Amino acid sequence: MKHNYVGTGVRKSDAHALTTGQPVYTDDIAPANCLIVKVLRSPHAHALIREINTDIAKKVPGIACVLTYQDVPQHRFTMAGQTYPEPSPYDRLILDRRVRFVGDAVAIVAGETAAAVDRALRLIKVQYDVLEPILDFHKAKDNAILVHPEEDWEAKCPVGADNKRNLCASGEESAGDIEAVLASCDVVLTRTYHTKANQQTPMETFRTATYLDTYGRLNIISSTQVPFHVRRILSIALGIPKSRVRVMKPRLGGGFGAKQTVVTEVYPAIVTMKTGRPAKIIYTREESMIASSPRHEMEVTVRIGAMQDGTIRGIDLYTLSNTGAFGEHGPTTVGLSGHKPIPLYSGNQEAFRFRYDVVYTNVMSAGAYRGYGATQGIFAVESIVNELADALGCDPIDLRMQNMVREGMVMPAYYGETANACALDRCVQRVREMIGWDEKIKPRVLPNGHIRAVGMGMAMQGSAISNVDVGAVIIRLSDDGTYNMLLGCTDMGTGCDTILAQMAADCLDCRMEDIAVYASDTDTAPYDSGSYASATTYVTGMACVRACEELRGKIIRQGAKMLGLDESAVEFDGARVFALAEEGRAVSLSDIAYSGQCGCSDVLSATVSHSSPVSPPPFMAGAAEVDVDPETGHVELVDYVAAVDCGTPINPHLARVQTEGGIVQGIGMALYEDIVYAADGTNLSNSFMQYKIPSRLDIGTVRVEFESSYEPTGPFGAKSIGEVVINTPSPAIADAVARATGVRVRTLPITAEKIVRGMMEQGK
Amino acid sequence: MSMQISYTLNGRKLTDEVDPVQPLTEYLREKGCFSVKRGCETSNCGLCTVLVDGRPVLSCATLTARINGKTVETLEGLQDAAAEIGAYLADEGAEQCGFCSPGLIMNIIAMTRELDHPTEAEIKAYLAGNLCRCTGYVSQLRAIQKYLAEKERA
Amino acid sequence: MFTTQNYVVASSLDEAYELNQKPKSTVLGGCGWLKMGRRMMSTAIDLSALELDQITEHDGYFSLGAMVTLRQVETDPRLAAYFGDCIAESVRHIVGVQFRGCATIGGSIWGRFGFSDPLTLFLALGAEVVLHKGGTVALSDFVHMPYDRDILVEVRLPKRGQQAAYVTHRVTATDFPVLAVAACRTAGQMVCAVGARPQRAELVRRAPDETAEAFADRCADTLTFSTNLRGSAAYRAHLCRVLVRRAANALEEE
Repeated sequence: MKHNYVGTGVRKSDAHALTTGQPVYTDDIAPANCLIVKVLRSPHAHALIREINTDIAKKVPGIACVLTYQDVPQHRFTMAGQTYPEPSPYDRLILDRRVRFVGDAVAIVAGETAAAVDRALRLIKVQYDVLEPILDFHKAKDNAILVHPEEDWEAKCPVGADNKRNLCASGEESAGDIEAVLASCDVVLTRTYHTKANQQTPMETFRTATYLDTYGRLNIISSTQVPFHVRRILSIALGIPKSRVRVMKPRLGGGFGAKQTVVTEVYPAIVTMKTGRPAKIIYTREESMIASSPRHEMEVTVRIGAMQDGTIRGIDLYTLSNTGAFGEHGPTTVGLSGHKPIPLYSGNQEAFRFRYDVVYTNVMSAGAYRGYGATQGIFAVESIVNELADALGCDPIDLRMQNMVREGMVMPAYYGETANACALDRCVQRVREMIGWDEKIKPRVLPNGHIRAVGMGMAMQGSAISNVDVGAVIIRLSDDGTYNMLLGCTDMGTGCDTILAQMAADCLDCRMEDIAVYASDTDTAPYDSGSYASATTYVTGMACVRACEELRGKIIRQGAKMLGLDESAVEFDGARVFALAEEGRAVSLSDIAYSGQCGCSDVLSATVSHSSPVSPPPFMAGAAEVDVDPETGHVELVDYVAAVDCGTPINPHLARVQTEGGIVQGIGMALYEDIVYAADGTNLSNSFMQYKIPSRLDIGTVRVEFESSYEPTGPFGAKSIGEVVINTPSPAIADAVARATGVRVRTLPITAEKIVRGMMEQGK
Repeated sequence: MSMQISYTLNGRKLTDEVDPVQPLTEYLREKGCFSVKRGCETSNCGLCTVLVDGRPVLSCATLTARINGKTVETLEGLQDAAAEIGAYLADEGAEQCGFCSPGLIMNIIAMTRELDHPTEAEIKAYLAGNLCRCTGYVSQLRAIQKYLAEKERA
Repeated sequence: MFTTQNYVVASSLDEAYELNQKPKSTVLGGCGWLKMGRRMMSTAIDLSALELDQITEHDGYFSLGAMVTLRQVETDPRLAAYFGDCIAESVRHIVGVQFRGCATIGGSIWGRFGFSDPLTLFLALGAEVVLHKGGTVALSDFVHMPYDRDILVEVRLPKRGQQAAYVTHRVTATDFPVLAVAACRTAGQMVCAVGARPQRAELVRRAPDETAEAFADRCADTLTFSTNLRGSAAYRAHLCRVLVRRAANALEEE
């Protein structure tokens, strides 16, 4: 049976369970008798615990344990879910005597009921030596105040880190002589852009349940994107062997990178290890807002050099990134702020330079958020290219068509990789048509005084971390000719359990229903680095294709043996192995499966692990039409259009929703979202009441199309989709607002107040 | 402190000793209604939406005492409607992580009971209190419009 | 979440009033605001059984019981017929229908919150509140009264042929207002309530022959504004000029 699931918008395999409200998430399946675990949090941005008294708290009826820094292992680790050795410094303890931001963990309390735990939390007496914090990330580098003065701080990788300078990472890379190139350009613009920390806000907050199994092993059910990293990190943090830890990932209520950091796992885990009892922690939304893993705040200064004819010859970019109190994902996110935007202009690029510093401060630690630094860098570079178009008096789209990377080009600023599959030019042209660019490029004043204008931006990302990320698949033939597919990647709503089954069904010529997918459990799944870095479709997808090929070979071998024929004399059609010369001479897949279970020493299964030496970029273009009320500054997003090149969309419906969802998150970043701290370091954006993500009334229409290319190293020609889609709204909307009002907002979010202030300064 | 209440949960008449000020979200989850989710503490997300006497309310902002004498419906009691609406969402890929789906579907059910032929603007306004972070809402709108159109045809 | 030692569903207003005289007693409204705090109450007083959840029309006024939800206010055809769109406009931005199905008008008005939309509009409409002991009090007086231990029983919207317009600026569609303006004309006299400054709404009376622009400027120049996450004092003053003028002009166009 020939099937073509790839390329069709089949329903997600878990859709019925999800939409009918079945109990499939962490808190739904946590053991009923779990201790409730909560964390006492620091009211100070920077302090040392002088004394902590838990005697009264421990006496509250129903309290099972109260833990302080005196009760935890004393070796540092990182909570970043990255491949070992992690680029993120080992700068954390489960509980530390030094607290480094308002909300940092001070004590862990576990008890029979939430009420008992709440009472105990109030009864812990802490005396702090309050220290001066560093809250302004411009002042962090080489400041006398150190966020991590401790001697056992350790950077496992050479990332230019130095805790005695508040540096989590620093570095420089270049190609060509950037100063010489810029000096010989007709026009050089220098601009600084500032993107803020943003929360991913998956609707399911961070949560973990833990218990000991029959063998006394620590079992962890967690809402995580990285089960295997959780296993390793907890083994390091708790000082127990990895063989004693098992991590299971049920359905996730969203991730977006937030759950690529081990935010909650350590707390119930140490409680279970200390008490032997099941335990769970369910972060409140407030905790998820003040003590989590948001996007790195970055200030990006760009110098761009071009000729009067529009040739862009060089880009010089410096990023200052704020990793907050801990270094999770600090050294790696910053890299993308240069590696993703600069190669977009490989067309005529003669030189580039990219320098960066990542600094520690006394605010919540940053982490991984969809886009992972690319979003910040792309806002800067796409914005300065729009400003360059103004300076040159040319159309921003024409300027891009003249300078963009095209298929076959080498990208010096992207590890020298070649763009083997690139439809960026088609994406930009398509967006030009979709938004009606040529008619709308001149702003229009409506009868009500509002101004309408358009703006655009381009983006690229990667597909997995080259030479690092590992995707793996075990596929085995089951009794009756159906298959079990075990995955280590983590479907967080994205649908990878479904699209990998689509691929497998096409490879094995069977129905999707015949493939039972299970993910993810570190005891049963093959090692997979996890679902992040836009890796799953591209890397695990390729592992899936290769595993299916291998299993096909085994099925054919076994079938040929049963038919008494040579392998080359038979073929497999998904239902049976038959003789090429004699169609009727065949053995059914079911019989082959049963034969594999009886007196057979050749297991009908395949395990394939895959990693890629390249990270082919997906590309896209986005354009926004805004309606600005020039009196109030209010921006109404009328229309957002995008064209995406993700290679082959394996499931166009899911790829479309990824794109729409990413765009709307990007709209939130552009217009609304901002983590704001008070002067004392208190996080004011601590709820959905104060941190506003877009509702369905805050977006206009969002229209998405695909301009596919074919990536030779990807499964069925696929690249990736998950992250690239968040990158265009900020530059596109900022440009549209600038066209409408003359005000360039270079610090996100683009608020009405900033627009009004800008217009007043211009005397409008 | 406890208080006796009598109410109807998904068609079943119940009498129970309850903590009167326990939020209905947690009470219903203890009763096995796991479709009821909590996404915030500030009444902003809509995940915990249930119907009380047919009207959509936030169970997180409803004290358990206040369902005394009332009829409570959760998705557990509306499985057919959930499956039907859910299929339209699934056909667009609009359920994604699914964590907000039960609250959304509860409110879609409330909307179809309250509004005749809602316009696109009315749909968006009615469902504005249901936040979703995965989908960007547009696929949900497509699904709802197709569902409503099909309902009308039938 | 708040905690309480006792929970009483009051069987009469007198009983509720008596219970409320104890310092740690609290009358419950929709609990949307209360539940976010950690108040420790001795007695939580529930008014649900007192049939205060009705909107009724009388000769000179509409009566909104304290337990009437914002959703009832939004969808009541009689209020819409008499006052026009301003009623729905003043509540439709508040979070979502489910929230408005919980929040009560009594809780909203009693709280006298700085961000309150209905308080701003009702002030301009010349509303009154009926207190169990204190009797009928003009809302414009009530907003300045200290929180005491009386019980808000109903809110009255007088029928004086008011024409009103309600305009706000918000960062997102379902957020609190950055600034809220209600303009109301009654028998040729226009007043304007400006709320979410972010302090409680205040009333300003338009002088005879004052232009909309001059009125708006006077509001912006005489009222006080301050800064919070949603906007600075200076921006609010600017918005005040724009929104008061727009609201006043909207009434003149009618």
